[in-house]
Amino acid sequence: MLEKALAGRGSYRGWILFLLAVIGVGFIFYLRQFSEGLGITGMSRDVSWGLYISQFTFLVGVAASAVMLVIPYYLHDYKKFGKIVILGEFLAVASVAMCVLFIFVDLGQPKRIFNVILHPTPSSILFWDMIVLNGYLFLNIVIGWTTLGADRKGVPPPAWVKPLIYLSIPWAISIHTVTAFLYAGLPGRHFWLTAIMAARFLASAFAAGPALLILLCLIVRKYTKFDPGKEAIQAVGKIVTYAMIANVFFLGLELFTAFYSQIPGHMLSFEYLYVGLDGLGKLVPLMWTSAILAVVALIILINPKMRKKEGTLVLACLAVFISLWIDKGFGLVIGGFVPNPFDRITEYFPTLPEVLISLGIWAVGFLILTILYKVAVAVKEETSSWPELH
Amino acid sequence: MSVNRRDFLKYAGLSTILGLGGVSVIDKLFRSEAEAAVFNPIPEALSAERWAMVIDMSKFKTADDYNRVINACHSIHNVPELENEKHEIKWIWTEKYENTFPHQSDEYINESIKHQPFMVFCNHCANPPCVRVCPTKATFKRKDGIVMMDYHRCIGCRFCMAACPFGARSFNWEDPRPFIKNKNLDFPTRTKGVVEKCNFCAERLAKGLKPACVEASGGALVFGDLQNPDSEVRRILSSRYAIRRKPELGTGPSLYYIIGGNEHA
Repeated sequence: MLEKALAGRGSYRGWILFLLAVIGVGFIFYLRQFSEGLGITGMSRDVSWGLYISQFTFLVGVAASAVMLVIPYYLHDYKKFGKIVILGEFLAVASVAMCVLFIFVDLGQPKRIFNVILHPTPSSILFWDMIVLNGYLFLNIVIGWTTLGADRKGVPPPAWVKPLIYLSIPWAISIHTVTAFLYAGLPGRHFWLTAIMAARFLASAFAAGPALLILLCLIVRKYTKFDPGKEAIQAVGKIVTYAMIANVFFLGLELFTAFYSQIPGHMLSFEYLYVGLDGLGKLVPLMWTSAILAVVALIILINPKMRKKEGTLVLACLAVFISLWIDKGFGLVIGGFVPNPFDRITEYFPTLPEVLISLGIWAVGFLILTILYKVAVAVKEETSSWPELH
Repeated sequence: MSVNRRDFLKYAGLSTILGLGGVSVIDKLFRSEAEAAVFNPIPEALSAERWAMVIDMSKFKTADDYNRVINACHSIHNVPELENEKHEIKWIWTEKYENTFPHQSDEYINESIKHQPFMVFCNHCANPPCVRVCPTKATFKRKDGIVMMDYHRCIGCRFCMAACPFGARSFNWEDPRPFIKNKNLDFPTRTKGVVEKCNFCAERLAKGLKPACVEASGGALVFGDLQNPDSEVRRILSSRYAIRRKPELGTGPSLYYIIGGNEHA
């Protein structure tokens, strides 16, 4: 099937070349990081994780969100998702690939990465994260490729793939839960030390991932003959709505606990993120952008008339995605390090090389996504001209 | 039914994995504490059930008292002096009272203590979160309580830095070697991309010497076995009131601070 990715119009080839160029730039800067060390990033002794790990965290969520299509389609037999469930699975594949790359570029000694396997350490959550992420990547590649292959031949998917599909459901929940546990189990980092972390991660994931999926569906519909279906898109819109409400609710719970209890350790990171501490507040404008976009998104999404219009739905999805990208793909990780264990403020902002390396990884993700979607769409275009099989 | 060559190889491979490989894998997976490089220690080597330190802040009086201690450590351990504060490597250094004990400091304590620098370094916790989170056992706890680093195994993920509630760990953001003033050839230098911290001078204990900071402190730092009721640290802890940093987190820090007063206790 992969051969379908090779043929395409000029715009397709142009897009691929563009992605390759961004990857090339990122790679060159990675080589610089490889030889000079992680000092070319904005990270420091006090803020020892930055853009790389926060992007990883955010993308685990996007990957996990495929389950929001798998559950309705496979468990509730919601047929309308039949056409797009493959788009969700392939989005998961591209996202997990990006996650792995973001972890890789964050390592100080990348050549030693296999020490994680040579010296397996079950007490480390990172060990479990490696297992669940690779497992999830494997599951989605196998499930996506097999079901698409069956679709192409006009036959139902083989029976052995069903158990894998069912397994992928709890597995999706596990990848984001384990990722939350990376943070939620650390003593002395009050901002992260919260039992609701995994739940909040899942809520934000199930809002941001499907919001991106809606945007991708609309792009696919615009540029190809494959129509994911208006109803399917609207149904995903409802998922985004509920998940975004849950996410904002969970954030509210955090704020209540911090500010009603008045325990300084619980309040300080929030204060740093939203108003700044000791006159330092590089992240304040970003965090308010996130907050405002969340409100805008909720106004559109909760109002059925606006949600049902595709123009405004697109706006809402963009708002959800950007809002959560800032909140989780940046603020959540950086906020945990400020103030430091000595109650001092060290600020962080990514450097240009760090941003270019990150963009390079996003480009790798989009390249994988483009190729997989091209194959999926080519198959769907072929089969949609056939009479419906029953 | 005869066993053909292909099947034989399959069974042979499988039984090797289960028999030989399996045991070592299971053994590796479920051994929670890494064995330190145990060789036959020399008779003079210092040993303890759990090493700990008492830091008597009343004995730090002049700037020189601090610098002597810090230099003693940093010079023998090849700690580089980097200009960029964000890339700083430090094993032992000073922090203000309010930063050493955040949310625990007393606003109305006497002015001299309030403005006095406090010595801070790795707490060698009894229940160290850094060891728990390390994905390669590059940081591990020895039987005598010392939390150690294997610089050759560390992959530089910095999970331990996020996990340490005491800010004790430094990461080599760049190659440290050009910034080491006088290299001590008896101790390894580090490469870029690995984490490091105080090791309670494990290399000196093995030779029967007390930690360098203790030696240079003129009695302000007292080192000993916390499990031995007759040790000097226990004697001090039973007669003076000492506090530890963030004991409520349950990590069991092994550094005890004596603050203020009472010269003749």
